[in-house]
Amino acid sequence: MDSPSHKPTPTLADRAYRIRRYALQMGEVQGQGYVGQALGWADVLAVAYGHAMNYRPEEPEWEGRDRFLLSHGHYAIALYAALIEAGIIPESELETYGSDDSRLPMSGMATYTPGMEISGGSLGQGLPIGVGMALGLRFKNNPAFVYNSMSDGELDEGSTWEAAMSAAHHGLSNLICLVDINNQQADGPSSKVLGFEPLADKWAAFGWHVQRIDGNDLPAVIEAFDTARNLQTAQPRVILFDTLMGKGIPFLEQRDKNHFIRVEAAEWQQAIAILDQSQQQEAV
Amino acid sequence: MNTAEKKPRLTTSAMIASIAAEGQRVKSAPFGNALVELAASRPDIVGMTADLAKYTDLHLFAKAYPQRFFQMGMAEQLLMAAAGGMAKEGLLPFITTYAVFGTRRAYDFIHQVIAEENLNVKLCCALPGLTTGYGPSHQATDDLAMMRGVPGLTIVDPCDALDVEQAVPAIAAHNGPVYMRLLRGNVPLVLDEYDYRFELGKAKMLRDGRDVLILSSGFMTMRALETAEELRKHAIDAAVLHSPTIKPLDAETILHEVAKPGRLVVVAENHSEIGGLGEAVARLLLCSGVRPAAFRQIALPDAFLDAGALPTLHDRYGISVEAMVTRIKSWL
Repeated sequence: MDSPSHKPTPTLADRAYRIRRYALQMGEVQGQGYVGQALGWADVLAVAYGHAMNYRPEEPEWEGRDRFLLSHGHYAIALYAALIEAGIIPESELETYGSDDSRLPMSGMATYTPGMEISGGSLGQGLPIGVGMALGLRFKNNPAFVYNSMSDGELDEGSTWEAAMSAAHHGLSNLICLVDINNQQADGPSSKVLGFEPLADKWAAFGWHVQRIDGNDLPAVIEAFDTARNLQTAQPRVILFDTLMGKGIPFLEQRDKNHFIRVEAAEWQQAIAILDQSQQQEAV
Repeated sequence: MNTAEKKPRLTTSAMIASIAAEGQRVKSAPFGNALVELAASRPDIVGMTADLAKYTDLHLFAKAYPQRFFQMGMAEQLLMAAAGGMAKEGLLPFITTYAVFGTRRAYDFIHQVIAEENLNVKLCCALPGLTTGYGPSHQATDDLAMMRGVPGLTIVDPCDALDVEQAVPAIAAHNGPVYMRLLRGNVPLVLDEYDYRFELGKAKMLRDGRDVLILSSGFMTMRALETAEELRKHAIDAAVLHSPTIKPLDAETILHEVAKPGRLVVVAENHSEIGGLGEAVARLLLCSGVRPAAFRQIALPDAFLDAGALPTLHDRYGISVEAMVTRIKSWL
């Protein structure tokens, strides 16, 4: 974020900062969590909830809202942070993350949390659910968008591609798929687990409008969301975001990457301090 | 097997051939017609299928309400998840495919997308149990076992055309996911001769008898009624209790009937002996401390079944009337 052309919109940068901070705070409560993913996905969530989506914080089930589906349920820590930032979940609930009887379980579930549209976690289900919701919205003449947030690992699942074919077949222009390409899966780099490149060509061949951008470049993220929303063609839209796990915390960015970044007890506060410091520098 | 050798060799009929015996009274497409009728007063009903509208009688709905019909292609995981998405938007999806594909190929999507959120989706799956001679790829002999494992899922196994057409509005009125075994095409009509009406969650006595109580679901109830008639010729008095709702079971009626003394209890089902009505009833009886004089199961074996003509296979696996009569007599 140091190049002048990448000068972020201040409010969205603030939102991304707070989403990262909330996620780190929740990670500290549990002593673990998918915080690497949350840090990497925070910019996309900041733009989704701070710029692109229509919703009413006080009325999470408002019929006119844009639907945000968290297909990768383990990213719940990231979405809870975004929902706190959006005013849908009170900040005070953050300290219950992953605890018994909390509304914020480790893997996202629709029946537990306001603003959590689906129970993700069994990977590859978000996009086909999104196809049904997008068909349903169009049937009701409801102009809302459906956003499906998914990981690159979910590209392994056949159901993702069943849904991709179907969305194009039905011309679902109200469906926007957001793919987090951090190249990390449970058993190693996605490219080693099951290679998916050339990814943009694949989606295009399936009939989708495709953009591929740096998912940690806020102005580019904003522009991609605007393009996806304003496109006039009768086709579904996908944005492929290349992201960096641990983004914003250099010692986590550099740590040996895997699906689950190990964070020592003392490092949570250290990470928060680094985040606060770089935010203050941005403000200056 | 001299008698078997004398019989003409039968050939496998078309995959979707009617299960009706020759000369039996039938009704055409009871599911499709009932759904079209119901949809007139329920604008929230939509129809969805995985490339099997024509073979599940959903084509009638598609013709009557083209704007409310959604073709999802031969993609069962998508079908289930998208139906869940439709239900989340307040619509009432009736979705169809064959039972093998709906259950085996899409189990996690039924479990996680539809059932976990108690979504109002009605899964109507054709070719239940041994109703096709095409072999294990098409014989859903294990669907009830799988579906019974899904929490909160209501399971219905109708007997005939009357049962199917009455079940359609009943499952639509029920708020929550339902799995219904679908009989399609020319479906036998038998229950109109009895004082019977389908009620979700209720087992109904169709005939009483002192010696044997046959507890059955699906088309096995039709077989049970014929079996009871045959047994009468041998001075055996058989009762038939039809339990079209497999889950939740009508425990009250079943326990009340089984508790009557001196009767052999036979559970007859068009399903593997594992995980279906028989095991469900056995568990109910054991846990409730209700002991029948004896308990037997007429069900399909725990095996990959043969391909062939349905009458041959029904004989081979003991679910034809002839086989049922022989077996029940041997148990008395």
